[in-house]
Amino acid sequence: MALNTAPNISDPDGFYAELLATHEGLSDDDSIALNARLILILANHIGDRTVLTEALAAASKGDKS
Amino acid sequence: MPLDDRYQLAFKLYPYARSTDQDAAAPVRHPVVVLGGGPIGVATALDLGLQGIPVVLLDDHEGVGQGSRAICFAKRTLEIAHRYGCAQPMLDKGVVWNLGKVFHDDRQVYEFNLLPEEGHRFPAFINLQQPYFERFLVERVREAQTAGAPIDLRGKNRVDAVEVQDDHVILDITTPDGPYQITADWLIGCDGASSPLRKMMGLDFEGRVFEDNFLIADITMKADFPTERWFWFEPHFKSGDSALLHKQPDGVWRIDFQLGWDIDRKEELKEENIRRRLDAMLGPDVEYELVWTSIYTFQCRRMKKFRHGRVIFAGDAAHQVSPFGARGANSGIQDVDNLGWKLGLVLNEKAPESLLDTYDLERRYGADENILNSSRSTDFITPKSKISHVFRNAVLDLAEHHAFARPLVNSGRLSVPCVYDGLPLNTDDALADGPARTRPGAPCPDAPLRQGYLLDHLGGDFVLLGVGVDVPDTLEVEGLTVRCLSVPAEGEIKDRYLGDAPAAVYLIRPDQHVAARWPAYDEAMVRAALRRAIGKD
Repeated sequence: MALNTAPNISDPDGFYAELLATHEGLSDDDSIALNARLILILANHIGDRTVLTEALAAASKGDKS
Repeated sequence: MPLDDRYQLAFKLYPYARSTDQDAAAPVRHPVVVLGGGPIGVATALDLGLQGIPVVLLDDHEGVGQGSRAICFAKRTLEIAHRYGCAQPMLDKGVVWNLGKVFHDDRQVYEFNLLPEEGHRFPAFINLQQPYFERFLVERVREAQTAGAPIDLRGKNRVDAVEVQDDHVILDITTPDGPYQITADWLIGCDGASSPLRKMMGLDFEGRVFEDNFLIADITMKADFPTERWFWFEPHFKSGDSALLHKQPDGVWRIDFQLGWDIDRKEELKEENIRRRLDAMLGPDVEYELVWTSIYTFQCRRMKKFRHGRVIFAGDAAHQVSPFGARGANSGIQDVDNLGWKLGLVLNEKAPESLLDTYDLERRYGADENILNSSRSTDFITPKSKISHVFRNAVLDLAEHHAFARPLVNSGRLSVPCVYDGLPLNTDDALADGPARTRPGAPCPDAPLRQGYLLDHLGGDFVLLGVGVDVPDTLEVEGLTVRCLSVPAEGEIKDRYLGDAPAAVYLIRPDQHVAARWPAYDEAMVRAALRRAIGKD
């Protein structure tokens, strides 16, 4: 598998706090839109089509609700 | 106001006894008065008393209140208690745990092992009811008193007013025999999160209030749960928005339920309602007894400054955190560790009074780190918006199958002592290849040495440690005797103190934090670093 699912972010707590802070004060719709923009930006950064396909599959399987 | 107990005692440890101060014609003056007989106040009295500094401790009760309260005591706390000579009974009584399991709904998301590093005297954590922790401290005070330590614990002595002057504080005290006054050169406020002293002085205590209530139920039961920390997010048994199960000594289990913000506190504390939640969690067949129950809310906040002239605050009186991560009592004991030697040097006129401003600086730095960590844990456990809830549950869903998401799961980042990076008592790191964990400002990690451990030889005084290099047998600097210790470069000491360096010399503070380190011994550099570490530069 080309997708890296091992821990890869230094300072994970700091990253998570920054992620939530970026959403702070937004309406639900605005948060959804921000997430969409973020996904597209990160997807472009990754670029590799195989990785992106595997990421989409991993995210789909994670949906338990 | 009558001198009635505000709470019931678990242990009566310092019963009221009339002091000769109460019959003195004029207020008797004491070098140090400690306000508050909880763990932080008693540890402060013990630290100073063991240095031979006369200390009077005042508390409006005669011992320890009921309730397990702080139950997780970290390795650093045990190391400090060991320096005071009372860690062994804590270790003997405490429950050691390493394995934690995290659940979401009915699924185990992952488990973690604290995997304590080999070669330390103490485990990463013990669970111990707070009243025991306090009792062992007071028992050590009694032992020290017998050996001549000038400590005076005064129960049923309530401070009703303070008059703060430039070089002393006057205290109005109420006792069962009526009022009296004493004067203190230094007053240490260890009177807890709702500190009456802070209020009497009109000082700030700002921060974040978290809108949530947590129910604590301590129970004894016959069920056979393992000695592990179990944490549920949105548990399937619906007893709360989160739940925690943790073992204590005496067959007692701590169970926490997150209840939300809008609750009827009185209703929730009714036994039948607590039992309804417990039954749902434990199943119908488990028999249990309720030992102690309580509902708490929490804040993350601190005073702007911990030192106000001759008044110094420590523990919850100075800073308060959410309970996730066990950073309350543990950080308070680190305050004591930091304050004790500094106040000792100032009182013995070996260091300038300004050294106490570095207590303020270093422990505010520590408090900020603890508040940051415990706020982040709280934000994860109790998401405050829909989108943070969505992200939280996404992390939990992914963590079950993908390793990358597990470091993001935050049910509490457990207390570790902070490194005083970049603060003025440190001398710049001169050991180029040295391990980061022992850089200036860091607390010394333990390691086996001879028949015991390295930390047995550090603390109390300044120590010059030569690893793989000989240092002189003794050294006098600025009127202080520096204890000197040369050890071979081998085993864990080599890993933790040398890294890739062939040899190293460490100057270590009385609180076992590194003040400076070098690749070789140079007396002039040691002298300069010590002057710096006692606030003379």
